[in-house]
Amino acid sequence: MATVEEEEPPLVLVHRPPNFNFPFKHRLQTRFCLLDPLDSDPPESTHSFFSRHSASIRVLLCVDPTPITRDLLSLLPFLQLIVGYSAGVDHIDLDECRRRNITVTNAGKAFSPDVADLAVALLIDVLRRVSAGFRYVRAGLWARNGEFPLGFKLGGKRVGIVGLGSVGSEIAKRLESFGCVISYNSRRKKPSVPFPWYENVYDLAVNSDALVGCCALTEETRHMISKDVMTALGKEGVIINVGRGALIDEKELVRLLVGGELRGAGLDVFENEPDVPQELFSLDNVVLSPHCAVATPECFDALEQLITANLEAFFSNKPLQSVVEF
Amino acid sequence: MESIGVLMACPMNPYLEQELDKRFTLHRFWKVPEKSTFLSTHSNSIRAVVGNAFAGADAQLIEALPKLEIVASFSVGLDKIDLAKCKEKGIRVTNTPDVLTEDVADLAIGLILAVLRNLCECDRYVRSGKWKKGSYMLTTKFTGKRVGIIGLGRIGMAIAKRAEAFSCPISYHSRTEKPETKYKYYPSVVELAANCDILVIACSLTEETRHIVNRKVIDALGAEGVLINIGRGPHVDEPELVSALVERRIGGAGLDVFEHEPEVPEELFGLDNVVLLPHVGSGTVETRKDMADLVLGNLEAHFLKKPLLTPVI
Repeated sequence: MATVEEEEPPLVLVHRPPNFNFPFKHRLQTRFCLLDPLDSDPPESTHSFFSRHSASIRVLLCVDPTPITRDLLSLLPFLQLIVGYSAGVDHIDLDECRRRNITVTNAGKAFSPDVADLAVALLIDVLRRVSAGFRYVRAGLWARNGEFPLGFKLGGKRVGIVGLGSVGSEIAKRLESFGCVISYNSRRKKPSVPFPWYENVYDLAVNSDALVGCCALTEETRHMISKDVMTALGKEGVIINVGRGALIDEKELVRLLVGGELRGAGLDVFENEPDVPQELFSLDNVVLSPHCAVATPECFDALEQLITANLEAFFSNKPLQSVVEF
Repeated sequence: MESIGVLMACPMNPYLEQELDKRFTLHRFWKVPEKSTFLSTHSNSIRAVVGNAFAGADAQLIEALPKLEIVASFSVGLDKIDLAKCKEKGIRVTNTPDVLTEDVADLAIGLILAVLRNLCECDRYVRSGKWKKGSYMLTTKFTGKRVGIIGLGRIGMAIAKRAEAFSCPISYHSRTEKPETKYKYYPSVVELAANCDILVIACSLTEETRHIVNRKVIDALGAEGVLINIGRGPHVDEPELVSALVERRIGGAGLDVFEHEPEVPEELFGLDNVVLLPHVGSGTVETRKDMADLVLGNLEAHFLKKPLLTPVI
């Protein structure tokens, strides 16, 4: 057994987007040896770097949203664990991970309160016209035109939560305090949950005044908030999305919003970020945010703790936290 | 009742105006070119005044209307009504409590979230196309932050209930301690400000509470603290607040009310840590209708000699 002085810090391969150095990299580097192709000098392609180190890599830290494809995985024959940096894992080829028996962990519950806070912020903003009201004041229209047009009350609104996971539960807890009436759709009914469950999103929409998208993006959930669902929600319906852009048929959403067929929308995510459909920019009843539901320092602190704990657990053969079931 | 003269102080709600027009002889004060002439001409027929947060019934108006029996306010705040004068002359006063409590509390939380999470700035960022060039900066978490409430009345309690759902520890200052709540009481606003991250003004405006948030309180709240005002503009020493915000001595502010509405200090427009709203606390379709019905209900009850629905005096 190696002594403490001789033991090398364990190797962790890092896969990150260019120009994005995650905030706690230097602290991780005190405990692990981080191998990062984007730091290589002279510069080396990811493909070549991965191949060169493949014999010694058992764990990959994937700094979101860098995709992990089957091809990339094929360069790492001894990979056992992918530590994700986000709640979403739709950028990882899970089928291949299943086939190769590679474990994947995600951000788990670390992000949930912040995402829930933003979902509520978006809903209040849309119904009460917060951003629009601020624009009115800034443009000097309060003095010139008088009273700002009325918004709509939150209390008593029926809110349908699409996916009652960790984020969905936190959203429900918050909205209940505003007097909203909660119901949900998820893969399976949850017997311990007091809210009405709808088997599909269409039925949920029929019985809701607002839909909140906060579930994982998978093949089943892609475009689940479809034209039919949004039409069922109706002209006074509000759509909030803090999940993934592709949960919603974005083209249809834009068409309905532009045509006045929905009361409004609050969106943190889009199908082709950072591209946002320009037709939305001239709408007063839409609130847009640049995928920043988790962009608070507290979130990153929680994430750092979780990632560090999982890496240490892996290298000491202890149980991992927030393992993704797939 | 069509012969009863009702003076509406300012435009406030088309439905209310319509209904008053139907049921009474409605005088729209804002349309009157010569106010003193008007008042002397109609002094014998005006028996009710309908006011709101912007205009009510001051001593001068009350003195000019010897037949005035009731002032029905389209608001819960009574700071625009000379209550002492009304009491002296036996004039009834009603307001619109309870129906607007939830909306105002909802907006307080909406302002907190918008300020802490820079929501309006984020929206501008996306619309300007800047997202294509890079991510927006980190903002601040709301969940778990310490919320301090000035005034634990109906609205203050409703704000506390909502903030609790975000796991926020709640503390408060009010005229008297409320031991039945489990929230932490501070005997002064300065102490409250020093011990919270977000300070919310939710008390009524009286002589005692004018400028209750002054330089000392602003300093105690500090560079990481955020001020939220859904009460009345004069609760805050506005020039002090403006300089504190411009000089970054305070973390941010969400303001729905101002000292001289509809004027809003333009120095605030260039800041990225403020959200400024045009007094929309109770501004929803649903609640304004409820408020209007309450005003109408109170006036009807008075003139039919029935008990008032929501009397203050």
